[in-house]
Amino acid sequence: MKQQLKSLTQTQGFAVLTLVLGILVIWYIAALLMNGNQMINMLERTGQSWTYIQVLQGAYSIQRPPLPVPHQVAMELYQSVFNQAVTSRRSLVYHSMITLESTLLGFALGSLLGILIAVGIVHNRTLDASLMPWVIASQTVPILAIAPIVVVVLGSMNLTGVLPKAMISMYLSFFPVVIGMVKGLRSADKLHTELMITYNASAQQMFWKLRWFSAQPYLFASLKIAISAALVGAIVAELPTGAQGGLGARLLSGSYYGQTVQIWAALVISALLGWALITLVGMAERLVLNRRGLRG
Amino acid sequence: MNRLLTPLAICILLAQTWIALHLPKGFYQDSFLLPVLLIALLAAAHLMSRLTALADSGRPWQRPCQLAVPTLFGLMILLVWEAIVRGYDVPLVLMPEPSRVFVTLGNNLPLLWADFQQTYLKAVLAGYLMGCGLGFVAAKLVVRSPFLQKGLLPLGNFMASIPIIGIAPIMVMWFGFDWQSKAAVVVVMTFFPMLINTVAGLRSVDPLHADLMHTYAAGKGQIFFKNQLPQAMPFIFNALKLNSTLALIGAIVAEFFGTPIVGMGFRISAEVGRMNMDMVWATIFVAALAGSLSYGALALLERRVTFWHPSVRRER
Repeated sequence: MKQQLKSLTQTQGFAVLTLVLGILVIWYIAALLMNGNQMINMLERTGQSWTYIQVLQGAYSIQRPPLPVPHQVAMELYQSVFNQAVTSRRSLVYHSMITLESTLLGFALGSLLGILIAVGIVHNRTLDASLMPWVIASQTVPILAIAPIVVVVLGSMNLTGVLPKAMISMYLSFFPVVIGMVKGLRSADKLHTELMITYNASAQQMFWKLRWFSAQPYLFASLKIAISAALVGAIVAELPTGAQGGLGARLLSGSYYGQTVQIWAALVISALLGWALITLVGMAERLVLNRRGLRG
Repeated sequence: MNRLLTPLAICILLAQTWIALHLPKGFYQDSFLLPVLLIALLAAAHLMSRLTALADSGRPWQRPCQLAVPTLFGLMILLVWEAIVRGYDVPLVLMPEPSRVFVTLGNNLPLLWADFQQTYLKAVLAGYLMGCGLGFVAAKLVVRSPFLQKGLLPLGNFMASIPIIGIAPIMVMWFGFDWQSKAAVVVVMTFFPMLINTVAGLRSVDPLHADLMHTYAAGKGQIFFKNQLPQAMPFIFNALKLNSTLALIGAIVAEFFGTPIVGMGFRISAEVGRMNMDMVWATIFVAALAGSLSYGALALLERRVTFWHPSVRRER
């Protein structure tokens, strides 16, 4: 029994669970301090006398708290996910769908662009010398700063809705794919490459029969980074478009009206979304690589 | 034939530059000049492939040629941008031409400097130093305890997958409109990459090296500074470089949520509202320059500090 207990405490799940519990405890204490202060201020302003029990109750239930506690956020999540029609503007599912749409479109476009650029760079020395430095430089530019402009410019060319946001996701997600694919396409086994040369394989055959497969593990590693970058891009791109919907718009409107619980709920949903998307790519990776006998 | 082609290409490029800069606006709308642009693109491609060949040839010109190829590529993009915007007389609201952006940049240097000070020198720098410092210290603590390693790393990986930028409105609410709230966003954004990378770096120590240090009877401080830290440096620099971009993004985006009337994020959103696209692009240029220079400086520092690493050594 004691042995079992000891081995249980050494598992990863136990460690993660303990830390999460610890964070929750700290969260509640911090909320008590931050919200309690505001509660005391509020009561003193109205000239009431206050007791500690009043403050304790108030700290976990006031409207628009500086730091909402987890059960408040969970309530808000439950309310806005299950108790609203999916098409309602109050439903987080509605907003998540809008964000998800531009994330996925941007991710698809960005991955495609990234693969094409990588293929060009690997096959053409001039492109390698001229384009590669700019691909790297493009990421030292704070891309998200361009987000409002891209949205405004494309909007004035009558391109509204999902496409401008997808463009920003695309810009963020093409980079890891280019870097990963260039490395992957060049990582073909030397013996295999020489074998292909002795078979007098053309560049095309070399690509489809050897390089494409050597690049796959690198491609999936890049896709995981790319899809979370695409989600960030979509959320930030929704900030300047205002009230059109999406998790970013939800964050902005929450910050305008001081609805802290709403902000936290949107944050939790976007975190879950990011985690789910990466898990999906990971599953695809295992599916493809397992078939080739590689461990995913 | 080849000898003639190169001067010809240079001439075509110069002619195209003259067309783009000196003809009155709208010159593409009803004229025969558009094919010239295409020919100029081909000429630039030819020049670049010649330069690449020179750069690979191993002659004494090698180094400047390696720099010239990407420079030419960048100039070509500016040229096409300028030609299209001026040639089709694209309204300023949509897209300013690069020459105009640079003129605006020159005319508004004091204003842009004030924005740069507010966003970069205050928010980004303070947040970056604190975030990276805290990440490093946390990593040092985590590495010591297997329990924390097991528990914190999955949480850190989870945090890396979520859009942390979303905490910006909360930080603005907590720390007010001034630069402190932006610095707080930067701290949170830079903390996790630094933590994960430093832990990976400190754990990458070769067991043989650790045993060697042990046989030398090295103290804890000696083991850390002479073995673990140098081993971790490539990982740490990866995080530092990644964070330098993240920090700038975090600070600028946080300014969209509320700011005093100075700062790069404020300038961008305010000038977009007033349709002053040239000013917006000038601010972006400043941000891009700041981002690239800090990345470049870190890369240089990395070469100095990790001179022994294969990825640096090979290039000599």
